[in-house]
Amino acid sequence: MNAPTIEYAELAPLITIFGAAVIGVLIEAFVPRKVRHPVQVAVALLALVAALVQVILLAGTGMVAAVGAVAVDGPALFLQGTILVLAIISVAFFAERRLEAGGDAFAPAASTLPGSEEERILVRERMLQTEVYPLALFAVGGMLLFPAANDLLMLFIALEVMSLPLYLLCGMARRRRLLSQEAALKYFLLGAFSSAIFLFGMAFVYGYAGTLRFGEISEALTANIGQDGILLAGVGLMAVGLLFKVGAVPFHSWTPDVYQGAPTPVTGFMAACTKLAAFGAMVRLFYVAFGGMRTDWQPMLWAVAIATMLVGAVVALTQTDIKRMLAYSSIAHAGFVLTAMVAADQTATAAILFYLATYGIATLGAFAVVTLVRDSGGEATHLAKWAGLGRRSPVLAATFALFLLAFAGIPLTSGFVGKLSVFTAAIDGGAAPLVVVGVIASAIAAFFYVRVIVLMFFSDPAPEGPTVAVPSLWTAVGITLGAAATLLLGIVPGPLLDLAQQASLFVR
Amino acid sequence: MNAYAPILGLILLAAVFAVGSVAFSVVAGPKRFNRARLDSYECGIEPTPQPVGGGRFPVKYYLTAMTFIIFDIEIIFLYPWAVRFDHLGVFGFVAMVTFIFLITVPFIYEWRRGGLDWD
Repeated sequence: MNAPTIEYAELAPLITIFGAAVIGVLIEAFVPRKVRHPVQVAVALLALVAALVQVILLAGTGMVAAVGAVAVDGPALFLQGTILVLAIISVAFFAERRLEAGGDAFAPAASTLPGSEEERILVRERMLQTEVYPLALFAVGGMLLFPAANDLLMLFIALEVMSLPLYLLCGMARRRRLLSQEAALKYFLLGAFSSAIFLFGMAFVYGYAGTLRFGEISEALTANIGQDGILLAGVGLMAVGLLFKVGAVPFHSWTPDVYQGAPTPVTGFMAACTKLAAFGAMVRLFYVAFGGMRTDWQPMLWAVAIATMLVGAVVALTQTDIKRMLAYSSIAHAGFVLTAMVAADQTATAAILFYLATYGIATLGAFAVVTLVRDSGGEATHLAKWAGLGRRSPVLAATFALFLLAFAGIPLTSGFVGKLSVFTAAIDGGAAPLVVVGVIASAIAAFFYVRVIVLMFFSDPAPEGPTVAVPSLWTAVGITLGAAATLLLGIVPGPLLDLAQQASLFVR
Repeated sequence: MNAYAPILGLILLAAVFAVGSVAFSVVAGPKRFNRARLDSYECGIEPTPQPVGGGRFPVKYYLTAMTFIIFDIEIIFLYPWAVRFDHLGVFGFVAMVTFIFLITVPFIYEWRRGGLDWD
């Protein structure tokens, strides 16, 4: 029997991240608790930077590795690089220790009861949660693998490796622990359901094609011209699993609860990186494996895209909590990406890659700003408390306003270029009615973004309003980078657009 | 139909084993009854009445189940490898050693964090 060849050089970023995650678990086992926190943060950051360098060195590769199970091509590397950049900033936000009196945003031990004597002892001794770093690394590893998976089994494994640590991370908030644990349980139960549905769809697709590789599924599609019920059922069920992960309507109901309950740095990480990875996987699956039957799945994506844009934008209007509002905004953004996906060509891929990168950066920044606005009860997430924030701390309010304008797609921000490119791709792909809905949804969405800006700058501050905490240097640098990128990509989007264009070819 | 004969045999064997062992324990088992014997079967928890607040149960159950899963996964992959060991060569050996190392990591973690201490 011949041994399979494994292209270790091409898989280096994945091996680095997973290796560091395993080292992180061993650090938990052997390093004394007092010094564990700095060691874990250092290992996580080093691994992420090393993996980013490896991804950059691999740029331009176009091949399938590990006997066809993992694609190392433009879209995969572009998304992996973006996810790693966002993850580096996220880990800096995770490690922020100047906002909470007793430590960071996480409970010192997730297993203690809120308010119990055990917890008081841990808080008094300034114990910190360190398991979040290996968990985040495992999640990042899954996210790197998800858009690169070129095989149904690898796709499922990546989905689970990405999701399981996220379920845990959601339940670890230092404040409002019950809300956080409720979010974790809801996310876990619904996620397990969607995974099962996804797996069921995989079984159908395998039953039709007799293979797990995307390329071979595509060949099986062209060989059998007749429509097959098993295949349609399989594609539909797999779409449910992926649409759940990207938070598209009608599979979005977990999003607001989970985004609100999870510790805010985790919410930012999840909202940015999970969405990138899930869209990457979805685009590869539908373009590479199911590209031959696009006329069958396009109508479904039309309906989902319209529902997602409208529900996201309209329901966001009624929200009074800033985290829930951002959650619905992320749902609307998923709809905008889906409009480009309907086009199913290389321009659409490039537009999606660009959109995801700009959306990820702005989302991470916006959630980081939310962590800074605090009152005695922790983060002041109720919208009414944000009134007059622009008078008290104009710089922070202006930064948040910039992120909101990017979400709304106002010119001179990255969001405008992103929206323009996905809508252009959709029109070129023959989905002009979808773009009309998209523009209407954007207008509705712009209303509530502008409403928050008006609230911050033109209304009187509440007498016991929240204060803006002064973060550590790392968080400040993270937010500044996010704001700078959002502005810069709005003014000179050319280089990133070119990069996305060059990276938009899937290897088959 | 011939292909289904072994399945039929297996069903028969299972039925004989299930009914037989219950019958045998009725005939041969000692007849000592106490409260625990008459209670419905639960792994060490009081099944009824439900304690106030939903009832908390020891985390040991969870840890034992997780330890079981570690070794369960290990044996699931070790067994087929052991059957075809001579054909899989050095690549198979190295892959298996890597796998065993990785599966030992959670075990080490559990041991160091006190998951194996019963009290």
